[in-house]
Amino acid sequence: MTHTFTKEDVIQVERLNAWYGDRHILKNINFSVKKGEIMVVMGGSGSGKSTLLRFLLGLNTPESGQIRMLGKDITTMSERELHDMRKNMGVSFQGGALFGSMTVGENIQLPLREHTQLNATTMQIMARIKLEVVNLAGFEDLMPSQLSGGMTKRAALARAIIMDPKMLFFDEPSAGLDPVVSAELDEMILKLREAMSMTIVVVTHELESAFKIADRITVLDRGEILICGTVDEVRSSKIERIHNLLNRKPRQDTVNVDEYMKRLTGK
Amino acid sequence: MRQLTNRIGLAFSNAIAELGYVFVLFFEALHWMLLGKFRKQPVGLAHIINEAMQIGVKAVPIIIILCLAVGMMLAIQGLETLKPYGAQGQVILGIALSVTREFAALIVGIVVAGRSGSAITARIGTMMESQEIDALRAIGIDPVRYLVAPILIAMVIVVPALTVLGMLMGIFGGAIYSSVQLNISMMTYVERSFDVITAWDISQGLIKSAMFAAIIALIGVSNGFQVSGGAEGVGRATTR
Repeated sequence: MTHTFTKEDVIQVERLNAWYGDRHILKNINFSVKKGEIMVVMGGSGSGKSTLLRFLLGLNTPESGQIRMLGKDITTMSERELHDMRKNMGVSFQGGALFGSMTVGENIQLPLREHTQLNATTMQIMARIKLEVVNLAGFEDLMPSQLSGGMTKRAALARAIIMDPKMLFFDEPSAGLDPVVSAELDEMILKLREAMSMTIVVVTHELESAFKIADRITVLDRGEILICGTVDEVRSSKIERIHNLLNRKPRQDTVNVDEYMKRLTGK
Repeated sequence: MRQLTNRIGLAFSNAIAELGYVFVLFFEALHWMLLGKFRKQPVGLAHIINEAMQIGVKAVPIIIILCLAVGMMLAIQGLETLKPYGAQGQVILGIALSVTREFAALIVGIVVAGRSGSAITARIGTMMESQEIDALRAIGIDPVRYLVAPILIAMVIVVPALTVLGMLMGIFGGAIYSSVQLNISMMTYVERSFDVITAWDISQGLIKSAMFAAIIALIGVSNGFQVSGGAEGVGRATTR
């Protein structure tokens, strides 16, 4: 799939390929995200979307291809350069990934402690402000284990935006949440984009949520991009695999156990 | 036969790979300890103190009990063995040397490995599974600097300190029984013990305990970082 990159792009992924052993899990991925845009990466289980997110976050290095963030290729960066780049990135992981040994407030202040020389009072105030943004004011002294699923995700979001990053990444923000809390989180993502002009990448398999928040959607299937376009373009796509995904149609191809085990173990 | 050879080869290569990983962790931790400050990412003192409290202070009661018991047992068996030769007085020398050179370091090592080694594996393994390690890296915090280096430093300080406590308790345990049997005061027993112990005897115990400490810390964290497979994986890693 060809892709045209522009100067407005904050994130550019070009000819990204990745393997797990013999398995080709990401196949020639090309896409870009413009400044202030919400890009939703959608796909079924095992489509490679969470793996793609790990590459975007610099947690894994791809075998080939480039990932340019703010014009710089993160795949060739040194640890120190990547450390500096991370100041521009906020991440909300699927389960929140709050540190269980710290209070909510300490969790949120952690990026500030790492990247700034601010004094303790200023950091506390900033954490309180971000908690207010995510409707969790007054929860800073609680431990993560005392929060509900929705609260945990919002606290993780507060931690992700504490540095006012230029790019924000979400891994399955709606996973495990009831529809009301999920809708609240979607609203929060939209408000954040408006208020802070962030470039946002959301990895999800929730169709409703994706259509609500996305400016553009990239649909992944078996490591390939099927389409990268606006919500309307995706909805009206004639590609059968996209049609099946949007209509929640079960896959017709039966799972071959030998083939599956070979994919898993490489034997 | 071929299958057996394959298995042995695979086990050997896995063992080499794991050993290599442990060394990588050690040198990375060393790198952060020495250069972290210059890179404006120092190893946190608060983390070291926190780890030291968890590893050290909470292990004190069990080490006191065990080393007291071992000292007393050595005294009971030593006096019994030396009695036919009329050399019961030599039990002071025997206990003092065996406790300072060998037993204190060994007992502390076993207790800390069982208590803290598994706890470290479980903690890091759970952090791996709940994506907390990924979160650390995404924030820009190197997990080795943030987790491994403080554990390693705390272990290398606290385990020898616990060993000194173990040495004292072992001698004291020996004194409790022997002073009655030998009809001498406990103070005399302890004084005689200190007379026969040299700095080299204590150093032997401390060097061993520092090595145990580093091995326990590195194996604990390396097992933790290799956890996969959810709660069962964490359980498996803690009992490896």
